Amino acid sequence: MIGAEHQAAADLLLAAYSSRRPVAPLIEAYPDLDLADAYRVQALQVDAWQRNGRRVVGRKVGLTSPAMQRQMQVTQPDHGVLRDDMVLADRAAIAVSAFIAPRVEPEIAIVLGRDLTGPGITVADVAAAVAYLVPSLEIIDSRIQDWRISIGDTIADNASSGAAVLGDTPVALGDRDLRLVGCNLYRDGAVVGTGAGGAAFGNPLRSVAWLANTLAEFDTGLHLGDVILPGSITAAQPVLAGQTWSASFAGLGTVTARFTMEDS
Amino acid sequence: MSDWTVDRAATELLSCEDERRDRGPITEDWPDLDVETAYAVQDEVLRRRLERGERLVGVKLGLTSRAKQHRMGIAAPLTAWLTDAMVVPAGAPVPQQRLIHPRAEPEIVLVLGRALAGPGITAVGAMGAVDHVCAGIEIIDSRYRDFRFALPDVIADNASSAGFVTGPVLRSPDGLDLSLEACLLEVDGQVVDSATGAAVQGHPAEALALAANSLSRRGRSLEPGWLVLTGGMTDAVFIGPGHSVTAHFTSLGSIVLAGG
Repeated sequence: MIGAEHQAAADLLLAAYSSRRPVAPLIEAYPDLDLADAYRVQALQVDAWQRNGRRVVGRKVGLTSPAMQRQMQVTQPDHGVLRDDMVLADRAAIAVSAFIAPRVEPEIAIVLGRDLTGPGITVADVAAAVAYLVPSLEIIDSRIQDWRISIGDTIADNASSGAAVLGDTPVALGDRDLRLVGCNLYRDGAVVGTGAGGAAFGNPLRSVAWLANTLAEFDTGLHLGDVILPGSITAAQPVLAGQTWSASFAGLGTVTARFTMEDS
Repeated sequence: MSDWTVDRAATELLSCEDERRDRGPITEDWPDLDVETAYAVQDEVLRRRLERGERLVGVKLGLTSRAKQHRMGIAAPLTAWLTDAMVVPAGAPVPQQRLIHPRAEPEIVLVLGRALAGPGITAVGAMGAVDHVCAGIEIIDSRYRDFRFALPDVIADNASSAGFVTGPVLRSPDGLDLSLEACLLEVDGQVVDSATGAAVQGHPAEALALAANSLSRRGRSLEPGWLVLTGGMTDAVFIGPGHSVTAHFTSLGSIVLAGG
């Protein structure tokens, strides 16, 4: 892709946010869209958000499960940013109309107590940098029509992020083994998914180490106070207005998202 | 009319197992095989196992996930018998030499301190009979080609039972939240799946109560000292020679099973 095409693709996605009308897969208009192009398109949208006064308050790591990586034909996760306006409070009413095709994923959110700058960041470095953990429900969304995403599409589209509902029970990492933290996902009280923390890239801490080391290639890093969503524990589930979703995590508490038709 | 009988089906399934031979579903040869008759076949196979010296050590539940029940068109799991011949000792490989196409699935195993006789057993009442809890990996090996079967077939085939390993840690159920007890499943060191006890009929205690209540309809109760394999937490994974399956549990330790 040439420079003007990066900006055109970014503008297309920014327009989809405003109109809530999804766009055709970018790969159709830009068949040579590679991973570097896709991250460039993502970065141009982040620039636009920051010019409009939004702040980056964290990151997400996606495609962390073997199943998703196989589906996308990749062997690595991908990443996107969390803006301040994407972070929602536990039990807040969330208008589904603010999204295009939202889905939820339960995650163990990690809040950093110090900067982490790669390369060479290990799981031990991440463990030492964790300020606290919070139960979270990530709301993923796609500005690409019907989720018909290739790896390039999802990276360009901020790793298909939408929002993150953070629980209000921060817990220290201590000596807990995040790989084996159990999680149950409920839709209106019925169990629809279960899993262990290790479903996220083998270990959520490893996911954060990967992120810090990958960001080093973009000459940036993770910062004190950043909220990191390290990857989903279950398969993503589509949501509808009127539904209440919650996720319980062993030892970490519960987070709840209430979906409504319109802003209340 | 079909010339199949309970005796003939029992003979056929036992010889499939002994000869490591798979076959098509019995229901294709014997369309009248219903659930009740299928359980009679299962009981006849057990009778012959005991006659040849095996001992009854417990029960297993099959089809405990809602997804599998939906596929089979049933609302409750099925029960089947466990004998001492199915015990795979800790550290031993999958006994490939006697199996057809084994798969492994992680389970929560409950060991009873006292008898549980249905009907009317509730989950909370059932947990009171549990002496301890441990991790397990069940090895299943359907006698039907490609694991293709109708409900009566799999019931007659003792719910595809073949073997089981129990884990290294015995825990009192007191203070254990089994609905959030997680299992991380690895094949050859790569995470392939994960689940919690909630994947088993909502809670393993619900599976135990269902086992007690459905056995009462078969004129039996769960006995002290019996093991109850409460049902696969994840989908089963194939385990061939040269491969290994590891199940890490939150508070019940880890089990490593070599494929032989």
